[in-house]
Amino acid sequence: MTSPAVDAAPRAGTRADLARAVRDSGSVGPGAFPTGVAFGVLVAQSGLPWWWASVFSGLIYAGSLEFLFLGLVTAAAPLAAVAVTAFLVNLRHVFYAFSFPLHRVKGRLGKAYSTFALSDEAFVVATGHAARTFPGRRILWLQACIHLYWAGGATVGALLGSALPAGTGGLDFAVTALFTVLAIDGLLAHRDVPVPLLALGCALAARFTVPGQMLPVAFASFAALMTVRHLLRRRGEDARA
Amino acid sequence: MPETGYLVAAVATAVAVTWALRALPFAVLARLRAGPLTVLLGAAMPVGAAVVLTVYTLRDFDPGVPEDAWPTAVALAVTVALHLWRRNVPLSIVGGTAAHAALSALLAG
Repeated sequence: MTSPAVDAAPRAGTRADLARAVRDSGSVGPGAFPTGVAFGVLVAQSGLPWWWASVFSGLIYAGSLEFLFLGLVTAAAPLAAVAVTAFLVNLRHVFYAFSFPLHRVKGRLGKAYSTFALSDEAFVVATGHAARTFPGRRILWLQACIHLYWAGGATVGALLGSALPAGTGGLDFAVTALFTVLAIDGLLAHRDVPVPLLALGCALAARFTVPGQMLPVAFASFAALMTVRHLLRRRGEDARA
Repeated sequence: MPETGYLVAAVATAVAVTWALRALPFAVLARLRAGPLTVLLGAAMPVGAAVVLTVYTLRDFDPGVPEDAWPTAVALAVTVALHLWRRNVPLSIVGGTAAHAALSALLAG
């Protein structure tokens, strides 16, 4: 099934694509699946039918938003509140377009799915050092696998429902570990130490000054600092010239 | 329990906002793709996002609750050390998570 000859063929077949995508996404599964299960358990405990967990996680497909979303809809919050929450929580995604290799993904449908399924995990893995030569087809399979871990986990959690405790049993540390190792890989690949240090400073500052809006503030201030750094460098080059 | 019609509208709202935030910036950036600033941000954003998201997942870290704080601190150290040593992503994640689970069970018992 995954012999070198088959892997080397231009169209390796669905099974080979799937096998490779499982390997490519292997770092995401240990965190995404149990977090999905935890979300599914919460949906079941909120009194909604189990399949709403599959709908929420498969369609909204944005981890931290889904937990907030569940709280909003069970309290019958107005749609405007849902829209504002979704906007603030997911505003960070506007910065992902700078690096995500969407130009490698071919076709209207492919690009539509690729942007739809551009979760944090998909972004950090697809822009990681190991994925720098992945063709579009391989990126799409990788995204589909991560999408499936999350939505599948939520479905399993909702079906098992009250048979499970609501927590993740500490397995959610796998999400922290994933982001940590990909940060280390990125640092080792680029050797530009100020970048992670500035990001760390922005994240900690946002965490302690605006804990309710940590993500949008951290991402916006990081992008602003990188822009300032770029302008200062250019001025330095101009002065030398 | 919320009505189905409301839930469908709420899901559609969340999907529309999220997808727009993920897809529209590509259309905007397509026009300024080659500029030096977009290249720089493109190179910095993967590392920056990974760092910010790491801190975000640890936002509830509280040194005042040792039975939560110690497993997290030790597991983070184990993850970083394993990764600097072997550079194997799945190994670092599984190792760190196992350390977290083991220490949590030990301190809870």
